Amino acid sequence: MIIRIMGEGQYRAPDAILEDLNAIDNRIVELVEKGDREGFRNELLRMVSLVRERCEPLDVAEITESDLILPPPDLTFEEARGIFRGQGLIED
Amino acid sequence: MGLLDRMGTIVKSKMSRIMDRMEDPREVLDYSYEKQLELLQNVKRGIAEVATSKKRLELQRARLAQSAEQLEGKARESLSAGREDLARQALERKVSLQNQIETLDSQIAELDREEQKLIAVETRLSTKIETLRARKEAIKAQYSAAEAQVKVTESVTGISEELADVGLAIQRAEEKTEGMKARAAALDDLLEKGALEDYTGGDALDRELSKIKASGAVEAELARLRGETK
Repeated sequence: MIIRIMGEGQYRAPDAILEDLNAIDNRIVELVEKGDREGFRNELLRMVSLVRERCEPLDVAEITESDLILPPPDLTFEEARGIFRGQGLIED
Repeated sequence: MGLLDRMGTIVKSKMSRIMDRMEDPREVLDYSYEKQLELLQNVKRGIAEVATSKKRLELQRARLAQSAEQLEGKARESLSAGREDLARQALERKVSLQNQIETLDSQIAELDREEQKLIAVETRLSTKIETLRARKEAIKAQYSAAEAQVKVTESVTGISEELADVGLAIQRAEEKTEGMKARAAALDDLLEKGALEDYTGGDALDRELSKIKASGAVEAELARLRGETK
């Protein structure tokens, strides 16, 4: 599968990574709900590092759609909360 | 719904807004190409903007550091004149300047990271543009063939996703630079209004120190005169 880290580029990832990413993703949802900034930051960085470490960067010249999109690693807690409230992150 | 799903939805909705504009995917290819060139200009402008802001903070930092050094000198002079109270005043101001310098340091580091990020985006985008430029006419020419249609759609979705990604990177960099700019302007304002002189104690501290120096000189003159009259 192809994964994109926003602002960083795309990676070719083994399908098995999805399970780990989902587990972290679920924790992020809880942490944002609880308002745990520190925990949110740690889990987001863990999620991004997992992709950076376990996946192959895609050739930059390749143009293809991603199956999964990770937010930018420096996504702020406020931005994350905005995303969960359904506010878009990207301007029209 | 997790962060990943939502992130995907956000990007996909941005992508579909790009793709909806054109009925024919071939037009989207041309449009995306133009859009990429436009975004590349924005990225370049963004890099210049971040660099300018960084430079401004560095200048402010240099100015504050110089004042802190002067205060250190004044504290030394005060101490050797036996005026610990004045030395303390000077050092208090120095510490407060150092706090400001540390804040500036972290802001400069943040802008530096932002600059590096945008430079990486620029490199990536330039490569994509080059690829698309080389391929787009070939893809368009084969459009009638069924498999080529798939290819066009694939490329178009891939490019739209890239456009959404670069767009977000530029937007966030701009937001950060704007915030820093406002703070830098506020600090410049303070510096203009002479707040720095208050900090370095240009007035009271200097008056005291020059009094000490003057009285030292008077003592020396007195000693000289006494020597002459003997």
